[in-house]
Amino acid sequence: MDILITGTVLGGTYALIALGLTLQYGVARIMNLANGENLVLACFCAFWLYSTASINPVLGIVLIAPGAFVLNWLIYDFAMKPLVNRAKNRGQLEVDSILATFGLMFIMQGVMLLVFGGGYYSYNFLSEPVQILGENYGLNRIVALIAAAVIALGLYVFLYRTRYGTAIRAVSVNPSSASLVAINVERASAFAFALGGALTAAAGALLSTFYTFNSSMGVIFTMKALIIVIMGGVGDVRGAVLAALLLGLTETAVASLIDPGLTLAATYTLFILVLLFRPQGIFGRQEA
Amino acid sequence: MERRTLMKTFAATLLAGAVLAGPAVAEGTIKIGASAPKTGPLAGGSAVTYWPAIQLWVHDVNERGGIDVGGTKMKVELIEYDDRTSNEEAIKNIQRLATVDKVDFIIPPYGTGINLATAPLIAKYGYPHIAVTAVTDGVDEFADRWPNSFWTLGTSTAFATTLVDLLKGMRDAGQINDKVAVVNVADAFGIELANAGKPALKDAGFDIVYETSYPLQQQDFAPIISSAKNANPDTFIAFSYPGDTFGLTKQAAIADLPVKAYYVGVATAFPAFAAANGPAANGVLGAGGVNAASDKYQDFMKRQIEVTGSAPDFWASPVQYASLEVLEQAITSAGTLDKAAVIDAIKNGTFDTIMGEWKFDHNVIRKYWTVGQWQDGVFHGVASTGVGGEVAPIVKSGWN
Repeated sequence: MDILITGTVLGGTYALIALGLTLQYGVARIMNLANGENLVLACFCAFWLYSTASINPVLGIVLIAPGAFVLNWLIYDFAMKPLVNRAKNRGQLEVDSILATFGLMFIMQGVMLLVFGGGYYSYNFLSEPVQILGENYGLNRIVALIAAAVIALGLYVFLYRTRYGTAIRAVSVNPSSASLVAINVERASAFAFALGGALTAAAGALLSTFYTFNSSMGVIFTMKALIIVIMGGVGDVRGAVLAALLLGLTETAVASLIDPGLTLAATYTLFILVLLFRPQGIFGRQEA
Repeated sequence: MERRTLMKTFAATLLAGAVLAGPAVAEGTIKIGASAPKTGPLAGGSAVTYWPAIQLWVHDVNERGGIDVGGTKMKVELIEYDDRTSNEEAIKNIQRLATVDKVDFIIPPYGTGINLATAPLIAKYGYPHIAVTAVTDGVDEFADRWPNSFWTLGTSTAFATTLVDLLKGMRDAGQINDKVAVVNVADAFGIELANAGKPALKDAGFDIVYETSYPLQQQDFAPIISSAKNANPDTFIAFSYPGDTFGLTKQAAIADLPVKAYYVGVATAFPAFAAANGPAANGVLGAGGVNAASDKYQDFMKRQIEVTGSAPDFWASPVQYASLEVLEQAITSAGTLDKAAVIDAIKNGTFDTIMGEWKFDHNVIRKYWTVGQWQDGVFHGVASTGVGGEVAPIVKSGWN
């Protein structure tokens, strides 16, 4: 039982990390390697808001997410659009965007190093125990799990129940057909990229309440997000959430029952299994 | 034509200026190179321990007018490189410092692995290598292999065995029982300490009720802490790195791990540890320690905050500073910038540092701090290999 709850909480954290990238990669077709840096930047912003203005990090999302939305829109407009326009096919865009975001990663890392230095940061927010079925869990992690559920649900409703969400899904399935039915693909892509950035930033603000972070650890988050996105099926919110939960449960089970040293091995075993038997991801569509 | 003449005159003036100014500047400054992580996994540690201490020392020396070299005061010019926590990059940096920048001295890198990786090259170029942030059992072997190398922070075995001795004392005093949980990070420092610590615990009659290792950069410690809690030990030991030191402790506080002695490894001595854990930090044991109440340390702390804006740790920061005091005093006593003469001076000299009087015994400092404990907001040294000034350990009582 303990394993189930701990695993679910961890899965919720992973879902938060990966949802933004799902949108960015699935719709805008930008494999954003600076995803982790985006997240760490939000950690710093939340830390800064909390320590200087004592703004509650959960409320801080109200400031941080729109900020990230604007920032990511600008990044898309200035740095990614030329690549999109130039790319002859999807493969080329992927290669170009990986290279470009790789550079972006270093820029963001460098700026954070300049401003915050290389030291470790952490602060205490809601790090008090809550009892669930006789065991103690960190309140901040439970809050993050709830937020992950809310965000995932909101995203699902937006994508599957609204007109613009449907348009965005259309772009993710086939950009050129989408433009035939009067969808502004460029705008939809920019919007998806910016929304993905905002989600990642919201995740960062929540994660900062219980993770110890420094300027150069974004890559850990990028890796986790990549595995989840690919496992879940590119661009599929349900798949990403499921993959994240699966990963959280597996890691916790392996760490508790076998050995914490094997969590990475378990992660990648799961990854390989999914790639072997469902290369398109759990919810992914077969390529036509 | 006119323009060309003008250019020539201009160029000649510049050249003359350079020739005249060149030696004058070079005569007045000592170039010192430093290469350590500013990015990568170890950047968090070096930003606390390494860079600020160096910055403070350079500031201090230059404020005094420079280092006395055979009667002339020479200012210090610092050249800094980022090794991105990569051995390859560190080696390139050392090469560049030696051959392109042609520095007079090198401040060795941060971290055990990178110190060892760059040692052959530093030896090849004949620089003194006063290693600080390197804890390894190989100190004597390395001092033999590279006679230019000096080791100041101690051996893994001493870190583990003095901890066990401390716990033995607490057990014999009836403060803890003999059940221990031991976990370690699966990387150099964690493995060496666990390998030395576990047999020592068994020899001392402790019963290891839970043991495991976990990978580098692990972020989630709930399973480890809850498994340890189920084993019901009085003592929890983690030979951990900075990230996990913070993570384990936060989780222990949330799970209300009911232990009477709680030890975590690197970074427990960082000021950020107390800041991040608040009252939960009280009673936490960790690697390192200093004579925190001493005037010398207090003064060092105050000045480092003043000059660099960041507080030193309670372990290697003052040792890093002391290693530079050694370099300075050795240069002065050698009376020259000749590297071999300075190495000789370090070998044979006695140095007055903020860590007390230092004299190298076969290139190794044998008396150093090994275990500290947070007591009322200060990380006091509670065990050492004979430094003196240890504070008595307290029993950990809860996490609030």
